[in-house]
Amino acid sequence: MHPAIQGLLTIIIGVSACIGYFYFSNVFLDKVLFPARGRHAGRNINRANMVRPWLFLFPALAALSLYLAYPVFETLRLSLTDRRLDGAFVGLDNYRQMFSEQKFWEALRNNFLWLLVVPALSTTFGLLVAQLTDRIKWGAVAKSIIFMPMAISFVGASVIWKLVYDARPEGADQIGILNAVYIFMGGDTSHTWLTIPFWNNFFLMAVLIWIQTGFAMVILSAALRGVPEETIEAAIVDGANPFQIFFKIKMPQIVGTIVVVWTTITITVLKVFDIVFAMTNGQWETQVLANYMYDKLFRASDWGVGSAAAMIIMLLVSPILIWNVRNARKEMK
Amino acid sequence: MDNIAGQKSSLTWAVHFSVVVLVLLWLLPTLGLFVSSFRSADQIASTGWWKSLFSQEQNVVIRAEKPDQQKLLDELYVIEGNLFAQDGAVEGDVSVWGTSSKDISAYAAGETADLGEKGRLTVEVNGDYRFVNDTEFTGSRGQRVFLTATTPPSFSLTNYKHVLSKESGTSSMSKAFFNTLTVSIPSTIIPILIAAFAAYALAWMDFPGRALLIAFVVGLLVVPLQLALIPLLKLHLQVGIGKGYLGVWLAHTGFGLPLAIYLLRNYMVGLPKDIIENARVDGATEFQIFVKIILPLSFPALASFAIFQFLWTWNDLLVALVFLIDSSGDTTVMTRQIVELLGSRGGNWEILATAAFVSISVPLCVFFAMQKYLVRGLLAGSVK
Repeated sequence: MHPAIQGLLTIIIGVSACIGYFYFSNVFLDKVLFPARGRHAGRNINRANMVRPWLFLFPALAALSLYLAYPVFETLRLSLTDRRLDGAFVGLDNYRQMFSEQKFWEALRNNFLWLLVVPALSTTFGLLVAQLTDRIKWGAVAKSIIFMPMAISFVGASVIWKLVYDARPEGADQIGILNAVYIFMGGDTSHTWLTIPFWNNFFLMAVLIWIQTGFAMVILSAALRGVPEETIEAAIVDGANPFQIFFKIKMPQIVGTIVVVWTTITITVLKVFDIVFAMTNGQWETQVLANYMYDKLFRASDWGVGSAAAMIIMLLVSPILIWNVRNARKEMK
Repeated sequence: MDNIAGQKSSLTWAVHFSVVVLVLLWLLPTLGLFVSSFRSADQIASTGWWKSLFSQEQNVVIRAEKPDQQKLLDELYVIEGNLFAQDGAVEGDVSVWGTSSKDISAYAAGETADLGEKGRLTVEVNGDYRFVNDTEFTGSRGQRVFLTATTPPSFSLTNYKHVLSKESGTSSMSKAFFNTLTVSIPSTIIPILIAAFAAYALAWMDFPGRALLIAFVVGLLVVPLQLALIPLLKLHLQVGIGKGYLGVWLAHTGFGLPLAIYLLRNYMVGLPKDIIENARVDGATEFQIFVKIILPLSFPALASFAIFQFLWTWNDLLVALVFLIDSSGDTTVMTRQIVELLGSRGGNWEILATAAFVSISVPLCVFFAMQKYLVRGLLAGSVK
């Protein structure tokens, strides 16, 4: 069968199965299981209403448990076993092996670099653009252009930036804009930027910053709009200059939003895979955890160490997870 | 007062200037690839894309017609033609030219060079030339002419035809396009329905454990999908789904649900309470309330999530690599094709740029058409 027809069929089957499930399970509940008539009408209505939420929730909960909750524990279990020994329990051997690998520490170091740089710069640029475009006429167009990379895939962005970083031998016309600008500014010779250890990490980060700034901008821009007008007017009357207004009046009022943006980008950074995979594949000391894990899982077929690496990513995410859950619970009350 | 006014205008100027710089910084990389996708391989490799937007001077070597093309006119042997008319040569305006590599700018356009017994050669601005001699031209090769020509910007759709056509070596690109579509549309539609029902229950139904479930969803929101790869691949292989579309649809549905439930619940909680309670009093069942009231009212949130999920599934590489693409390679998606091209033909910018743009164009259209909903969704998901 042609995949497109198969896709169409899946949509039809999936959608009608969903609707059918919800419709008939409700009918079953109301008409057959707890009919709202007869001697126990009142009790039956109450019982039906107690069961109904779970009918609505069941498919989602089943999918969430199977596709996200269960894998956390299964990965933990796999990280303690060895595939070559038929899944025998080996304790912390996989972790020990991973910690003895140079590449792992390189990946961890790079991940921390990414964590330091990308959220900070994306948020800063986002805030800058949000503030600058707030009062100018063509601000909406400018925002739209800076927001655009959000729609571009990491892989597409990697191609875009590979062209920016492209290097031609000395003497030839440079076709990468970075080398062209570098030589125009008086640089001695062209560089293959992505092969300069340590600094190449920053060239990779630039891609993610380029993508994430739009996200930060949209949210911070809304937050800036939400700052009460009176506080700003009062500051102007008191003779504050634009910088004071920004740093002393606006910033403190949107600090909560800045934290949300920061953490959201942090999570994206921890999972970054495509950019490194497509641009350097971890060569020249640019390895990151997600790509290290992919290497272990699908190139070396070492599920134990791969799972251990995944657990490290989970470990790094968990403070944010706990913080988010706490916040959500606080809001509920 | 003058002082303050002056400061203000200089500040406004600075603001405009910095926004222009930022916009250029953000636009140029994409523009570069876009322009490159319309240039030939030679053009891309020889000059930077930013130069292609303007006319440029180029030095080229072209041979005139061979002596066997000569005609006898008024007792003169003549070879005539246009230098640019030859196979695939650049077109442009000749400014200066020469017949020796040592002095390529010996003559201006329109001048006649006397080459002694070899003849007299005239080259016009448009590339027309006339080579005359009193005696018969000999030899087997045409006269070499060194031209300095100003070529106008030239772009073509050749790359797109090449990348999308079935015959070429990159034929899988058009197949990959449809594969990607096949992956992303069901993966967008299915989770919406499931999530909408769950979000309604979490927003408007009262039952024990609701707060706990919301916390559960918020927690899952940040679980890295890397953790899910191996356990789920194992599971898919065990239950017989294997690698293929069904697996990737299920995986995308599972991974998209936390955000979908979270976004939709946040939106539904904000819907007016009166409408729902009035409907309940009037005897509507929960199912009716959901279908007739909640779903239509939540359209903006549904649209936001649909866009997110579509962009995410269209742009995804990792999930497709793990759950979809098998060794036959029939089910490859575009992101995967581009990574392959980057690896094997990293220097073929004309193919790479075009392939990348074919893949980027769909999300970009969605982005510009539905930006409003995208922004709304982002705000609902992050700011409370």
